Amino acid sequence: MSSPDFWTQPPGTPPDASNEVAPAATAARPTAEQVIAGLRATTEGGADLVQLLTPEGERVHHPEFDIDITAEEIRGLYRDMVLVRRADREGNALQRQGQLGIWVPLLGQEAAQIGAGRAMRPTDMAFPSYREHGVAWCRGIDPTEIMGMWRGTDHGSWDPQEKRFHPYTIVIGNQCLNAAGYAMGQKFEGKVGDDDGEATICFFGDGATSQGDVHEAMVWGAVYDAPLVFYCQNNQWAISEPLERQTRVPLYQRALGYGFRGIRVDGNDVLATLAVSRWALDEARHGNGPVLIEAFTYRMDSHTTSDDATRYRHSDELEAWKLKDPIERVRVYLIKQQLADQDFFDGVQAEADELAARLREHTMNLPDPGPERIFSNVYAEEPATLRSQREEYQAYLSGFADSTAGGGH
Amino acid sequence: MAAPTMNNAPGATGQPPKTTTLGKALNMGLRAAMERDPKVIVMGEDVGKLGGVFRITDGLQKDFGEQRVLDTPLSESGIIGAAIGLAIRGFRPVAEIQFDGFIFPGFDQIVSQLAKLHYRTQGRVKVPIVVRVPFGGGIGAVEHHSESPESYFAHTAGLRVVSCSNPVDAYWMIQQAIDCDDPVLFFEPKARYYEKAELDTSLVPEPLFASRVLRRGSTATLATYGPSVKTCLAAATAAAEDGLDLEVIDLRTLSPLDLGPVFDSVRRTGRLVMVTEAPSESSISSEVIAQVQKECFYSLEAPVLRVTGFDTPYPPSKLEEEFLPDLDRVLHAVDQSLSW
Repeated sequence: MSSPDFWTQPPGTPPDASNEVAPAATAARPTAEQVIAGLRATTEGGADLVQLLTPEGERVHHPEFDIDITAEEIRGLYRDMVLVRRADREGNALQRQGQLGIWVPLLGQEAAQIGAGRAMRPTDMAFPSYREHGVAWCRGIDPTEIMGMWRGTDHGSWDPQEKRFHPYTIVIGNQCLNAAGYAMGQKFEGKVGDDDGEATICFFGDGATSQGDVHEAMVWGAVYDAPLVFYCQNNQWAISEPLERQTRVPLYQRALGYGFRGIRVDGNDVLATLAVSRWALDEARHGNGPVLIEAFTYRMDSHTTSDDATRYRHSDELEAWKLKDPIERVRVYLIKQQLADQDFFDGVQAEADELAARLREHTMNLPDPGPERIFSNVYAEEPATLRSQREEYQAYLSGFADSTAGGGH
Repeated sequence: MAAPTMNNAPGATGQPPKTTTLGKALNMGLRAAMERDPKVIVMGEDVGKLGGVFRITDGLQKDFGEQRVLDTPLSESGIIGAAIGLAIRGFRPVAEIQFDGFIFPGFDQIVSQLAKLHYRTQGRVKVPIVVRVPFGGGIGAVEHHSESPESYFAHTAGLRVVSCSNPVDAYWMIQQAIDCDDPVLFFEPKARYYEKAELDTSLVPEPLFASRVLRRGSTATLATYGPSVKTCLAAATAAAEDGLDLEVIDLRTLSPLDLGPVFDSVRRTGRLVMVTEAPSESSISSEVIAQVQKECFYSLEAPVLRVTGFDTPYPPSKLEEEFLPDLDRVLHAVDQSLSW
């Protein structure tokens, strides 16, 4: 790896006496400048970054994590990424037009999510945070099913058990412990240990790695040998705070401290995220989990539509990452290798536009929930105390029925 | 809630009544639930080999194995968070928080996830978890070992909160809580773990979410729960010597509250004293008062009075006898009510 060895050396390594220029520091006590320099040195990933398709669309090989994939499968991944990006941009537009309260964009993270999502088997379980629209897509959740929570008509409308995709979790890091418990359950049920085994994957961001729950989840996953893949999308920013505010070491290296493997993958390379995720899930289902994957990517839009990234980061950073776009490199590869013709690209684009139109139509016609929704399913069985509160409110509302035609007020 | 199956329980086979401590009754109840349903698992710090610091889970790991009685990492958010994942997978975890004051690292998972998952998913995801919490003071312990945090949880929609006060209730309530499809915070009065009573496991239990009149009376009503039940019964016995006939009600369920018996009682006595170890401000006792003044407005002969822990942190244990409601403070409040 390419980080300066002055802070990756084991403690006690004698400082290089010949180097009079560098400020004195040990592995345990680097200066702030050295820490930041170390992190920046790893921004490109260095030798440890797993990459199978360069930003220029060149196929490269990796000694451990290569992938055997057909042209049709690559076209499928391209289609996935184009469609989820189109749905994402439509979500953003719908918020700007007042149709959604908020939208959480995934722009730039398509490869990180589609690779992981497509690596999962139907029997695997996923615990997302709240930006995983691409993983949801791979789990068979239509983008229309996600819109309600951003419009304020529901808290997520899919069936988590049927889709094996837990509800979005907004409190940062909570879902990692829930995933650890779920994975322990898979193990306790004897569903781990061979090719037919099950695995669980949890999604979180670089900011979440500072949460106690993520740390605890790694401890639990490790000590119970849970079939669990920790999938960190390091998109460099936690709202306005850069990675330097969360860590001194590259995130994938933290796995070592918990006793399992950590892999840094080019999160903008869908072949690499698919290969590494598939490997990690297989490790987990065979009983060799957990695994930490750091998908090194970039949040190309703001944190949410309520955020303004121009206040805290330079546009040249964004421009640099645009050159590493996850979709463009696949398009270039497909063209250069003559694996897709213009009809294919036109077809995908038409499909994307159709999806966006359907999403818009669906969202704008989402009915507001009735007031009874406030009280429904708080408990498996409604207590008498809540019933009387509900009935009292219903009686209050019905008092307006005579004076207003619509029954509202 | 699942239909009660207690009468078919292995533990309810008509064993002759036996004198049992509250702690042992919990142990027996846990064992019966584990025998009845292989999905019931016990998890927490030191609950396995050691049997828990209060020995409530004694012997369970030996008999049910390490995959059903888990000695967990020292991590309360982890205990609750992992229990949630296990419940989603189909298990019925019984999680032990070692002491009341240690529940707060798990507070986020309890309030943010455990309480809300059923609502968020509109009933598609159930999280039938029991969180056992030894609570309350009176054992001369160091800081964070004597607290009464139940009001935090009663304030949170989606959770059910109960407290047992005697061995018979302990035996049945823990099993009923495990059978409940909602998450249940189960508060155990640690100072009463060694209280004894005759336990007849062949009897049909009271419903879980119901309060109960423990002693009939006509002069004034005492409402309480958990460790203070014993105090109130003693106060009623002492008052009887002075010709005062106190009614004592064990609330048992703190969320939802079952105040019907309290309303009935106050309509007869006209006077209510609420007794808790928990501080009074924004508490279970506050809620009881709010409900009683609404339902019994024309029956009240005096304001509802409270005898509670003070609105302070739990004091150094040499002062806990001052802090905790005792017989004299309860009787003093009864006198105040009667002379209002």
